[in-house]
Formats: sequence, structure tokens, C-alpha cells
Amino acid sequence: MQERQSRNCGVMRWMWIDRFVEFVRGRRARAVKNISLAETYIDGYLPGFPIMPAPLIIEGLAQTAGLLAGELSGFRDRVVLAKVSKAVFHFPARPGDTLEYSAVLENVDKDGASAKGVSRVGDVVQAEVEFIFSFHLGDKFADKVLFDPADLLRMIRTFGLYDVGVTETGEPLLPPDYMVEAESQSNADLEARHHGRVQQATVHT
Amino acid sequence: MAVTKEEVYKKVQNALVEALGVDDDEVTPQATMVGDLGAESIDFLDIVFRLEKAFGIEIPRAELFPEDILTSSEYVQDGKVTPAGVEELKKRMPFADLTKFASNPVVQDFGNLLTVQDLCNYVNSKVGAA
Repeated sequence: MQERQSRNCGVMRWMWIDRFVEFVRGRRARAVKNISLAETYIDGYLPGFPIMPAPLIIEGLAQTAGLLAGELSGFRDRVVLAKVSKAVFHFPARPGDTLEYSAVLENVDKDGASAKGVSRVGDVVQAEVEFIFSFHLGDKFADKVLFDPADLLRMIRTFGLYDVGVTETGEPLLPPDYMVEAESQSNADLEARHHGRVQQATVHT
Repeated sequence: MAVTKEEVYKKVQNALVEALGVDDDEVTPQATMVGDLGAESIDFLDIVFRLEKAFGIEIPRAELFPEDILTSSEYVQDGKVTPAGVEELKKRMPFADLTKFASNPVVQDFGNLLTVQDLCNYVNSKVGAA
């Protein structure tokens, strides 16, 4: 069970958005993040003054914008957050707030991308952040797979990106073939392993 | 109507203030991008994006940062750019004053060559500023 858990969710447990509500290829995306007092980092950050840590709001906005940039290459480019050019917070986000993160891709070229992110509570702007993403900072790890395609696709599906994602012309967005194949293979492996364990358990009883 | 060199300077200054978090008065024509203004390599991508947007131009990175020449085995020997390499750099970067660099063309020093004025000269040549 432990092995299965680690394969399913231990690899990429770094999710700082809850769900995409809009995703237009290469242009803009909106995602929501609900803040709950049940999350340990909320009350542990500033004891007695529970707020969402600002760096994690930056991370959530960066994930919203970074997935926009990564999707353009079918998630083959290694999109690395290289620089936060600007980060302005107007007020702290508190438990019970729903943050809506919107990201707009400003520039994209072969080396990287720039994006603007805004966090809102209702209609009120809570934070404004500007990003530079590099597509080459990860080159020194060129011989290593940073993200397993099956894990990455699971995470992207968890974010609901393909539930709302559309292309520039409004067609539904589909995951790249190579990721779908990796996911099928990974599911088959898990299935086989599970089946093996069930058989083993049957023999023992 | 073509933009003036003064307008170019103002916009370049603004781009550098926003990209590097420096004050207006730090951005002087003689200031070097790396040594005086503290630009790091990723900042140049930020600056290029801002200039492209501000002026509606496209900036091929190799024009501003001739990394291909500086890492070429043909043009670099023992950490120094060869005379032929210096000629290539001059051709590629007519907007920059390479006189000082040419006297001791250590590759490592190249990064600190570019000044705010060089950047303005480059943009002037792109937008035909009068």
C-alpha cells in the first residue's frame, strides 16, 4: 500500500492550486485556491495570526502561469521559475478566503517566457506578481527525467486543466500522446503489481 | 513619426528600473549592466522582453549577447577572444564600444562590457531614432 501511495501521489506533492476554471492555450488561465484552517501551514506560519504564506501564493500563481507556458511545448520544455520581477501584496489572505489566481502570458520565445499573475479575493486584487520562466535552466539535468510524464499528467488532470482547457480557437485541449501513453503504461504496471499482491495474499490465506 | 533618442533613453531607463529594481538615477548612460546595475543572466531575458514590448520590435538574443562567438572554439583560445573573433564581435555589435575589450579580450570580462548607452544605441538602430 505504501509503495502504491508513493507512486500515486508522493512524487509530485507540490500542488498550490486547487482547480483550473479557465485555461486558454498560450494566453491566459484562471485557477482557484481555497484556504482552510485545516491546512497545517496556515496556523503554523504566524501562530495566532493564520494567513496564507505569501511565498505559497507566489507559487500558486507561478503554477498557474508555468503550466500555461509548459503546455505550449506539450510539457516537453523544462519550465523553471527563474525570476520574480515584482511581487506586491495588498492584504493577507486568510482562512475562508477563496483566492482566484489569474495569469496572462506576456511573452514567449525559445529561451523563456514572461507572465503576469494577479490574486483576487472576490473582485478585490490581493496580490500582483510578475514572473520570468526559463526553458534552459534545467539543461544541466538534460540526461535526467525531472518529471515522470505519467505523474505530471496525473497532477495536471487533478488540477482539472483538461476539464476547462481550450486551444486558441476554442477547441477542447487534449493531453499530448506521449503523456497519455506513459500514463496507460503506468496504470498497467500498477494494476499488475496490485494483481500480484492479491494473488500472493490469496496463496498465504 | 520616428521616436527621438531621448524617448528611447527614457523607455530603456524605465525597462531597466523595472527589470532590475534599481533607481532612476542609477541608470546613467555610462553604467554597465552587470557591474553597476547588478544584472544577472536571467535579467537579460526580462530586459529583452520589456524592450520588445516597449518598442514593438523583435530582438534576436544573439545580437545583444553573442554567446555563440564567445563559446566558439574557432574564436576563443585560452580564455581570450582571437583577433578574428574580435572582428566578428565588432560586426555583430556595431552599437557597442569594443575598443577597451579588444586591448585585452578576456572572455570572462565580456559580460561586464555592455553599458546603458550601448543598449540605447542598439534600440536606436532598431527603431531608426533620430
